[in-house]
Amino acid sequence: MATRDVVLQPTPITDAAALKRQRQFARLRGTVIYHGFVIALGALMIYPVVWLFASSLKAPDEIWTQVNSLIPQQLRLENYVEGWQGFGGVTFATFFKNSFIYAGLGTLFSVTASAVVAYAFARLRFVGRNFWFSVMLLTLMLPTQVLIIPQFIIFKRLDWVNTFLPLLLPRLGGDAFFIFMIVQFIRSIPIDLDEAALIDGADKAGVFFRIILPQITPALVTAAIFSFYWTWEDFLLPLVYLNKPELYTVSVALRTFSDSTGVTNWGAVFAMLGLSLIPVFVIFIFFQRYIVEGIATTGLKG
Amino acid sequence: MGEPAIAIPRLDKAEESAAQSLARARKRRNFKQNNLVGYLFASPWLIGFFLFALIPMAISLGLAFTDYDILGSAHFIGLKNFQRMFFEDPRYLRSVAATFRYVGASVPLRLAFALGVAMLLNAHRRGVFWYRAVYYIPSIIGGSVAVAVMWRQLFGNEGLVNAVLVSLGIPSIGWLGNPQVATWTLILLAVWQFGSPMLIFLAGLRQIPQELYEAAAIDGANGYQKFIRVTLPLLTPVIFFNLIMQIIAGFKVFTQAFIVTNGTGQPLDTNLFYSLYLYNRAFTNFQMGYASAMAWVMLIIVAILTLISFKLSTRWVFYETKEG
Repeated sequence: MATRDVVLQPTPITDAAALKRQRQFARLRGTVIYHGFVIALGALMIYPVVWLFASSLKAPDEIWTQVNSLIPQQLRLENYVEGWQGFGGVTFATFFKNSFIYAGLGTLFSVTASAVVAYAFARLRFVGRNFWFSVMLLTLMLPTQVLIIPQFIIFKRLDWVNTFLPLLLPRLGGDAFFIFMIVQFIRSIPIDLDEAALIDGADKAGVFFRIILPQITPALVTAAIFSFYWTWEDFLLPLVYLNKPELYTVSVALRTFSDSTGVTNWGAVFAMLGLSLIPVFVIFIFFQRYIVEGIATTGLKG
Repeated sequence: MGEPAIAIPRLDKAEESAAQSLARARKRRNFKQNNLVGYLFASPWLIGFFLFALIPMAISLGLAFTDYDILGSAHFIGLKNFQRMFFEDPRYLRSVAATFRYVGASVPLRLAFALGVAMLLNAHRRGVFWYRAVYYIPSIIGGSVAVAVMWRQLFGNEGLVNAVLVSLGIPSIGWLGNPQVATWTLILLAVWQFGSPMLIFLAGLRQIPQELYEAAAIDGANGYQKFIRVTLPLLTPVIFFNLIMQIIAGFKVFTQAFIVTNGTGQPLDTNLFYSLYLYNRAFTNFQMGYASAMAWVMLIIVAILTLISFKLSTRWVFYETKEG
């Protein structure tokens, strides 16, 4: 291995400096081409999103006639005011409030329950633990479509259609994906602290609240972010269960708002489309590290 | 557990058995208590599983053999729903074909794109933090209604894509109305969201020991050979994981097809994905029995595909531990 390094071609001293400069130049050129390519591809990727926001600031006739341009001829902020009015006498204030209720409470329920259940699977010994854990992993494969019909029939019998109960109640059982993720996380924590606390007289609940919970915060933050994302963009369940405009979440409202045949004010539609993405972007900016690490280490799908 | 190795002063028989039974009783109590605490902590999921998964599944299985339509009562009709599905409902068969076409095209393309970009970002360290964030943006918003509406407008007759085509001198295409290309708008939307598998690939690439590349370089391997002989084999577990996840996710796609086609799955049912057709049968026509039967067939299809992937994986997935 070392011999190769020794048998370098002898080069005349005078050429060495030129060669070095040449090599440096080649490397610089490579770097520029690399970054140029990566940036260009990235720009292409987010071009549609930029286009969406640009369109939200254009005058209605300009959106389709000047479809190429990313710079509005004049900033038309009224689009946002007009869009906010919503439809059927219900404004987007209501839709956003509903979405925040659904995503906020849904996330709170499912992350809290997932943490508690994960502790049971990761640290407590009980008969049938491995069996239930396998069953839980199997439910990951279960398509929502198999459950939504019988659930709908049950919730309709209970007269819970047009309430948030069918959307929120199942969240109290936790989410199999998050439970799995948190279990993996707890298993990576040394058990010594648990045992020390038990010797000091703490019970299992005490260990959970005082030892485990403070240490799994990163996993809980990751779970909370993804739970919020998935609930925020959820369309199927609100579409099935919430049939009154005053109960619509943003996703269902956007569908109606952009679908009503003969939309004339496309600027207002684009404004509301853009606005619905703002919470997602804000979370992404503040918690990028959690999101990226969460996916890289657990294989969460985004 | 077992006999203590150190000699302890002997207790007499009665004392010994008393101590033993006391220990046994404590053990039993501990065991019971452990079970109680364990099940208490697991109870949210267990209760949720019974109420919102197991019981609904049983109901769903029962409904699959009935003609239940929400309004009337359910009548047992045997295998009629399945007979109708496979022999009398051409739309059902078209929806199966559409779904397979979509999954078959979008999953490999998405994974190839994800791997390509991951390797690109892995080549240099500087700026990776920002680049991967930008490349991941489509994935965090991609499942939303907002993006689906945007996509519909992008590919509309007066949309941005056609505007770009025309400016390049290419005639515009009726993306959403032409059955030849309509699915491709949705496939492109799926490929656009390659962020998650990209991040997983990126993490996998970081795990590959650098010495292997150095060894390959000494053996005179070029970039392509390094990729084929080192990167790809060592990445197979990650590729396999991504493949399974993406296939399952692909079969569930609903929102995008619903929004882009206004819930119709048109043109010519080429975008009538399984979930969409099932939704329409269940919640537009209220054919709950028929839709339940469809849901079970979907479950079986997904299960079979997963099983096949696992079986085939032994042939090409390389686990380091196996080779020692």
